[in-house]
Amino acid sequence: MLFKLSLKNIKKSIKDYAIYFFTLILGVAIFYVFNAIESQTVMLQVSKSTHELIKLMNTMLSGVSVFVSFILGFLIIYASRFLIKRRKKEFGIYMTLGMSKGKISKILLFETLLIGIISLIVGLGLGVILSQLMSIIVANMFEADMTKFAFTFSSSAVGKTILYFGIIYLLVMIFNTFSVSKCKLINLINANRKNEKIKVKNPVICTLIFIISVGLLGYAYYNVTALVNSLTQSKLILMIIFGCIGTFLLFWSLSGLILRIVKSIKKIYLKGLNCFVLKQIDSKVNTTVFSMTIICLMLFLTISILSSGLSLKNSMTSNLKELAPVDIELYKPLDISGNDIYGVPYSNEVIEDSKTSVKDTLDRMNFDYNKNFKDMIDFNSYATNELTVRNTLGNYLSEVENAFPALNLDTAEEIVKISDYNKVAKLYGNKTYELDDDEYMIIADFDSMIEIRNKSLSDNTNITLLGKTYSPKYSECKDGFISMSSNHINTGIILVPDDAVDESIRARNHLIANYNANDEEGRKNIENQLTSDELGDIVNTTLLEASSKISIYEASIGLSALITFIGIYLGIIFLISSAAILALKELSESSDNKERYTILRKIGVDEKMINKSLFVQIAIFFLLPLFIAIIHSIFGLMFANEILITFGNEHLLTSIIVTACILIFIYGGYFIITYLCSKNIIKS
Amino acid sequence: MKNILKISNIEKYYGNKSNITKAINNISFEVEEGEFVAIMGASGSGKTTLLNCISTIDKVTSGHIFVGDEDITTLKGNALNKFRREELGFIFQDFNLLDTLTAYENIALALTIQGKNPKEIEKRILDIAKKLNIKDVLKKYPYQMSGGQKQRVASARAIITNPKLILADEPTGALDSKSAKMLLENFEYLNKDFKATILMVTHDAFTASYASRVIFIKDGKIFNEIRKGEDSRKEFFDKIIDVVTILGGDLSDVV
Repeated sequence: MLFKLSLKNIKKSIKDYAIYFFTLILGVAIFYVFNAIESQTVMLQVSKSTHELIKLMNTMLSGVSVFVSFILGFLIIYASRFLIKRRKKEFGIYMTLGMSKGKISKILLFETLLIGIISLIVGLGLGVILSQLMSIIVANMFEADMTKFAFTFSSSAVGKTILYFGIIYLLVMIFNTFSVSKCKLINLINANRKNEKIKVKNPVICTLIFIISVGLLGYAYYNVTALVNSLTQSKLILMIIFGCIGTFLLFWSLSGLILRIVKSIKKIYLKGLNCFVLKQIDSKVNTTVFSMTIICLMLFLTISILSSGLSLKNSMTSNLKELAPVDIELYKPLDISGNDIYGVPYSNEVIEDSKTSVKDTLDRMNFDYNKNFKDMIDFNSYATNELTVRNTLGNYLSEVENAFPALNLDTAEEIVKISDYNKVAKLYGNKTYELDDDEYMIIADFDSMIEIRNKSLSDNTNITLLGKTYSPKYSECKDGFISMSSNHINTGIILVPDDAVDESIRARNHLIANYNANDEEGRKNIENQLTSDELGDIVNTTLLEASSKISIYEASIGLSALITFIGIYLGIIFLISSAAILALKELSESSDNKERYTILRKIGVDEKMINKSLFVQIAIFFLLPLFIAIIHSIFGLMFANEILITFGNEHLLTSIIVTACILIFIYGGYFIITYLCSKNIIKS
Repeated sequence: MKNILKISNIEKYYGNKSNITKAINNISFEVEEGEFVAIMGASGSGKTTLLNCISTIDKVTSGHIFVGDEDITTLKGNALNKFRREELGFIFQDFNLLDTLTAYENIALALTIQGKNPKEIEKRILDIAKKLNIKDVLKKYPYQMSGGQKQRVASARAIITNPKLILADEPTGALDSKSAKMLLENFEYLNKDFKATILMVTHDAFTASYASRVIFIKDGKIFNEIRKGEDSRKEFFDKIIDVVTILGGDLSDVV
């Protein structure tokens, strides 16, 4: 009997439940999709190091899933609280008919159970479909072979989804029972009668608070963008707090202020239903300042995470082609002494090894470089404590010291002979240069450092090397690099004429080469010889290091995939949460508003005007936090760009467009459903 | 006197061929400008249906209703809404003021939805507020007002558009006797001082006794009609009770 009642209730209020259902299904589906990635990646044909990265990614994703389940749990409990609020009168009627609270709790229990089961089934179904789509994305990211790909169904992900959501639904049931047991009959019966008191805010205080909030936000924006280079971690946290408080105060003051301004423009205020619409929005924003702030901040996170996550992936892969032009670069420090960076003295073997070249060490490893390598270039680079970053700055030293306190000015500059560099540049496909006897130049590709160096170069700052003075040939750094990496991280290499240095200040030996193989398989074989376990103890007696195209690619792909996946995962969950809260808030008020619309109809307002006013109200309610979030994001992305500058930002626009599409799809979807449901509720 | 409302031979049927309910069965009457007419009848007599037809909320099955010179039974869609907005005023028993708006805004809404010029709106509101003595409450919200003030604000909203006809459905139905009296005195005031034409539906003899003419309806037909003339309200009330007695035991709660 009770079960039947529950079933009927759900059928009857399916419209009220639409948003709830929509949210649950989306939540379940996304949860499944991201947890199913593990079983999809198992099937991928990838190398060992990529496999390690995938394992790391899966661990991270399941960790993030716990966090996500907390967010979804709060969201679902919040949503069910709204539904209970809407049905207080119904419960009141049950109770006047003699139904006990226990039985009402049971009805709710059945309902939650039913909705839970249905949403799980539908959500998992949707999840399985979506995860096939995800498979394509995953395979694409890891550049895996798609031909062996088949339909995947992850039973472990299904189990995990059911477990997590089971716990959430259980909590909802407990919460519902608790809130029913707390109810008083008289309150339930009178739940519909509500005497709204309108708080009128003092306009002077409103204006004052508004100015304070704009000031706080402006200060935070300024600090994270224009002054980003002098930003310390504690200051950054302070700016984040300022941003949060600023947002809260902005929402607090905004509604009152807008009302005030529009009220003074009689032409707008006394037109159609404008004054009604305005008052509606005002009261809505007034009562939801806190949730508005949270929603705005969540939207801000969504936009920032999605945009920067997606652009990271894009720029990483495109940078690679340019930044890893050859197969391998080997290097080792020369003539070392003393302690390593951990303060442990170097062993004698290591010191002995550092007196020999890379080729000598390869010989000791029994690696036949003449057979396996082609296009070999080997050369030394030089460094001396007489030529540090400090010495190259000239008149700009104090300015740079103030602007970039974190910069270590006592690092010895890396010096390379112009002829050696030209050989490398030729192999890399970069531009080559000529220098006169008394000239030097700097090549770099790390933006912040280029900025610093350009200042001193344009000031014609001379450097002294082994007693001889050199002047800069160019007034700015030239683009280029020697060490391969996944990002632009060359902070500067000083190129000097060949006879400017001698072997007394040699610092590193480099060996740059391509693998002597024609296909991917052959290249991998050579790489495996270099990294094979059979080398044994030799690796402990040398400081030889290498960066290879293959390893850079794999690491970079894995890292970018990791960041992108977590970014998309969190971004979408945040987006769903904020849109759902807005939708529920709006719908829960629609029933209160029903009476107001009835009055409007009675005094002769036609449906068209009513629908328009409803649309405008919901649109503003949805757009206000989004608008402020977008402003936040503009500065947030500028900040992200600054600190992630090494990752490159050429693709920000594309990822912003993708983000906008996701945003419009999910947020817009919620908006439309909310509008349609509200329209339905206020229908006469 | 000019006729404001002319109802000629209207009928309203509900149901289908096999089971027809005649809610209104051939009713005709006229209301002159400045009249205060009450329509009395038991529940189910068709009085609310009649009011709904006049207020264009419901459509008649046959017959014609003229407001001024216009036949409103032929109006459709937007013209209907326009008619309701501009020619009719409504007064409801529970005031029906919007709780989120101040008195000023509540009154203004009736004009803004007609697309009136803001300057004119302002002038007319101040004008009517002075006459109804609600100047002090214009900035207040409904929850800050007394019952009487709310009633006057609602009246102001109903007459500010200069409607041809003010309609009221069971205006005292849910009011305590003090509030009911206040409302009815307000109606009298609107009728006398503003020359407002009022048509009110009620089943309560006390309420009806404030009108200048009472039309009795039974089973969808006009049963009787009496005028106040030179009688005092007390005498008129007794006459109404007499008719109600003849009308039968249907009207149980005559107060």
